[in-house]
Order: sequence, then C-alpha cells, then structure tokens
Amino acid sequence: MSKSKFTTIGRKILMALSGFFLMFFLLQHLTINMLSVVSPDMFNEVSQFMGTNPVVQFALQPVLIFAVFFHFIMGIVLELQNRSARSVKYAYSKPGTNSSWISRNMIVTGLVVLAFLGLHFYDFWVHEMTVKYAGGDMTGLINPNDPNSGYRYYEELVMKFEDPIRVIIYIISFVLLALHLMHGFQSSFQSVGVSKGKNFIKKFGNAFAIVVPLGFIFIAIYHHLQH
Amino acid sequence: MNLTLKIWRQKDAKSPGKMVTYPISNIEGHMSFLEMMDILNDELIEKGEEPVAFDHDCREGICGMCSMYINGEAHGPDRRVTTCQLHMRMFKDGETIHIEPFRANSFPVVKDLMVDRGAFDRIQQAGGYISVNTSGNTQDANSLPIPKADADLAMDAATCIGCGACVATCKNSSAMLFVSAKVSQYALLPQGQVEAKDRVINMVNQMDIEGFGNCTNTGACEVECPKGISLDNIARMNRELIKAKA
Ligand code: HEM
Ligand code: SF4
Ligand code: FES
Repeated sequence: MSKSKFTTIGRKILMALSGFFLMFFLLQHLTINMLSVVSPDMFNEVSQFMGTNPVVQFALQPVLIFAVFFHFIMGIVLELQNRSARSVKYAYSKPGTNSSWISRNMIVTGLVVLAFLGLHFYDFWVHEMTVKYAGGDMTGLINPNDPNSGYRYYEELVMKFEDPIRVIIYIISFVLLALHLMHGFQSSFQSVGVSKGKNFIKKFGNAFAIVVPLGFIFIAIYHHLQH
Repeated sequence: MNLTLKIWRQKDAKSPGKMVTYPISNIEGHMSFLEMMDILNDELIEKGEEPVAFDHDCREGICGMCSMYINGEAHGPDRRVTTCQLHMRMFKDGETIHIEPFRANSFPVVKDLMVDRGAFDRIQQAGGYISVNTSGNTQDANSLPIPKADADLAMDAATCIGCGACVATCKNSSAMLFVSAKVSQYALLPQGQVEAKDRVINMVNQMDIEGFGNCTNTGACEVECPKGISLDNIARMNRELIKAKA
C-alpha cells in the first residue's frame, strides 16, 4: 500500500504538525479579531500591518496556505485509504461502545470547516488580494485618495456581520471546528508521541477547542448586535 | 436461555458469504460463548449440515485464536476478555446475537468465522525478536538491572496475544496497537536496544505492506483489547520511529 517514502506513521505525524500549525494560527487570528471588540483603532492598525508587512505577506501567508492545503488533502487521502482497508463491512457494528463520534468523524467536521474556509477566502482574502495586488491600493484606507478617511478594515468586518445568514453559517462552522479540535488537539500530541501528561493534554485541549471557536462566535454575534 | 443467532457463513475464501439465522435453546449463563457454538455445531452435524468453522485453541484467553465479532464488538460486549472467556450470562433470554468474522482486507476470511492473521506473523518476523545467542553463555538475570517501572510496562506490552481485535475494531483496520505492543515490549528493555532502530522501521514497513489502515487515535482498540494494551504504546512506537529515522 505504502509506495511513498513516508510510512503511514510518517504521514500521520505530518498531519499532526500541520494541525499544530493551524491551531497556532487560529489563536493568533482570534487575538487580532478580538481587538475589533476592544478597540477598532487598534484592530485597524494591526490589520494594516499584517496586510502590508512583507514577512507576513510573503513568508507566513504562503506557509499558511500550504499548511491548509496539505492538511485537508492529506486528511482526505488518509480517509480514503482507511475506508478501503475494509472492503466487506460489518453487517452489524456498534462503534459507539468504544469510541466517540467526534473521533470517528474528523472528515465530516473537517469538510464542513473546509466549506467555511472557502466562503471565508471569498469574503475576506480574495477581496484583500483584489484591492491590494490587482487594484494596487496598499493604503488600507476607506478612500485611498483621502488620507483622513480612516482605515477600511473595521468597517468591512462590521459590514460582513450585518447579514444574519452569514452569522449563522459562521456559528455552525465554528461549532464543527470545536468538535474537530476536541479530538484533534489531543490526537496530535498522541501522533507525535507525547504520552506523558495525557489527562492534562485532554483537559487543556477541550478547553482550547471550546474557548477559541467560542471567541470567534462571540465576535460575530457582537458585531451583528452592535449594528 | 433461548437465543437467535445470526452467523456469517462463507464456504471458502473465494465464495461470497451471507448472514444465516439459527435458533438455539437451553443455553446456560455459565457456558462460554464457544461452548454455545459447540452446541450449535453438534446440532448442525446431527442434522447433516455443515458446522460453523471458527478458530480456537487454548479456550483460556491466551492463544488469541477465537476471533469473533459479536453484536457489533470484537470479542463481544464484555471488557478485557476473549471470546472463549465470554460468558453467556452477558446475554438476555430471547436476544438476537450477530456473529461475524474479524473484518479487514489484511485478514482475509478462510471460512465462516475463521480469518487468516498471517499478516501479524509476517510483521513479527520483520523485527519482533532479539538476536541473542543463548546457548552455553546464559547470563544471570540479576546481572542486568532493569527499573521496576520499565519491567512492568514491558510485561504489560508483552501480554498482547496477537488476537487482532484491535484491527477488527478499528474503523481504519489499523494494526497500530498490536505492532506498538510488540515494538514497546523490546524498546523498554536493555536487551532490545541493539536492534531498536531496525526493528521499528522494519515492523512498521511490514505493517504498511500488509495494507492495514492509518491510526486516527479514536482509541477503540484500547477499549476492545482483551489484554488492555494501552494507547501509550502507540505514542512510544511513534517516538521510536522518529528516533530511528532522525
Ligand atoms: C483551521 C482549521 C483546522 C484545524 C485547526 C485542524 C486541526 C486538526 C488537528 C489538530 C488534527 C489532529 C491531527 C492528528 O491527529 O495528528 C486534525 C485532524 C484531521 N483534520 Fe483537521 N484541522 C482543520 C481543518 C481541516 C479541514 C479543512 C479538513 C478537511 C478535510 C480537515 C480534516 C482532518 C482530518 C480528516 C483529520 C484526521 C486525520 C487523522 O487523524 O489521520 N481538517 N485536524
Ligand atoms: S493489542 Fe490487544 S487486541 Fe490487538 S492483537 Fe494484541 S491483544 Fe489483541
Ligand atoms: S481460544 Fe485461546 S484465546 Fe480464546
């Protein structure tokens, strides 16, 4: 089966490393988004920095894009391999007696998150790229010809959350991300061979998996209700 | 107890199989699952029908042969027991019991409930041993001190009987629990260090060649393993592989 130079365990470790990177990215993303609640000015400043800093744009951003693609493509490949390892299925099986639904359905929660990422890319990222690199407007201003018009990021963010449908899609996606991480967080430690402090990792992982997505949900609802 | 059995019947490796229903009566709670199967087979033989083929040997939970997927779980609903140690008191009068072979492409069905677990043997042959010449120069066991904690963990890993319940249970048909128990058993002891690198690489390669699926850490194997082999062994094997490849 394994024709690639990575063993099944090697691929699994790469899966965990991309997972770690994405979780770290998520935390960083949440921190910046939280600024939009605390101080719109600060949010604008940081957004302009992240959006124009060459290290962020041309070093970190490609790594992130690579990690996302790697993670979901590898996730789908592993899932297909695993399904094909048992051609004749059990006539009667009770998987619920020995494992959790979330651990068995990473592909389901993952694909929902992927669908959300598609929408998210369209909403924010494609827009940013169009304005900045196709349109050549690096000013980050509401009106690029008026230096006093202020930065556009906060305005744009708030506008996105006016639509209740978008807020609901947002909430559903982040609930599924929470489920993905409730298994994924502790699973990635197991994958890279950490078994000391397993109980702590599980508890901390559950906290992370709930608090981080809840933070994003809070921001979406906050801006929706504010405006 | 009167029961309805739904059993997978398959003439040989090439024929397609199907579930066949057999009623059975006068089963006592103290009987083992295999005794119940023996009674069924006696009845089938008396009627001139083909008895249900199933693997068994020790009937005391040490050989690992009695591979049955009973009511949706490897070795049935009880914990930390093999099918031969499963008591009929775990079932209720009138219950329907589904009995299937352990399923994985790497464990092809030979007949009815018998599967070929030769893949496990080939994984063992790839590295599940230590090469020590023991003839004539046997060392005193106490001349090689081993921390109690390590000895205990190695012993725990060594209790794996190679039954394959981990593979049968895993949604991915992954053999990681089995292979990790075999790797850990040696990795924890000084005697295992000489071949440590080759062992983990060769055993994992063989596991992949046999076509077992990837581990996704669902933990189902640990729950269904009759010997309670811990998931920590899988983490240890992953560490060993990282060490060996680094
Ligand atoms: C921000 C988004 C995401 C984060 C933070 C994330 C995080 C993680 C983590 C930490 C793991 C555990 C890795 C391991 O067990 O070693 C994991 C596993 C997995 N992820 Fe994601 N993930 C994300 C998005 C996705 C997407 C979009 C997919 C799309 C298919 C996906 C599919 C999977 C699958 C199938 C697994 C299980 C793979 C396995 O256990 O072998 N994930 N994810
Ligand atoms: S790890 Fe447990 S379930 Fe797997 S083969 Fe060994 S004893 Fe059987
Ligand atoms: S017959 Fe030996 S373990 Fe069941």
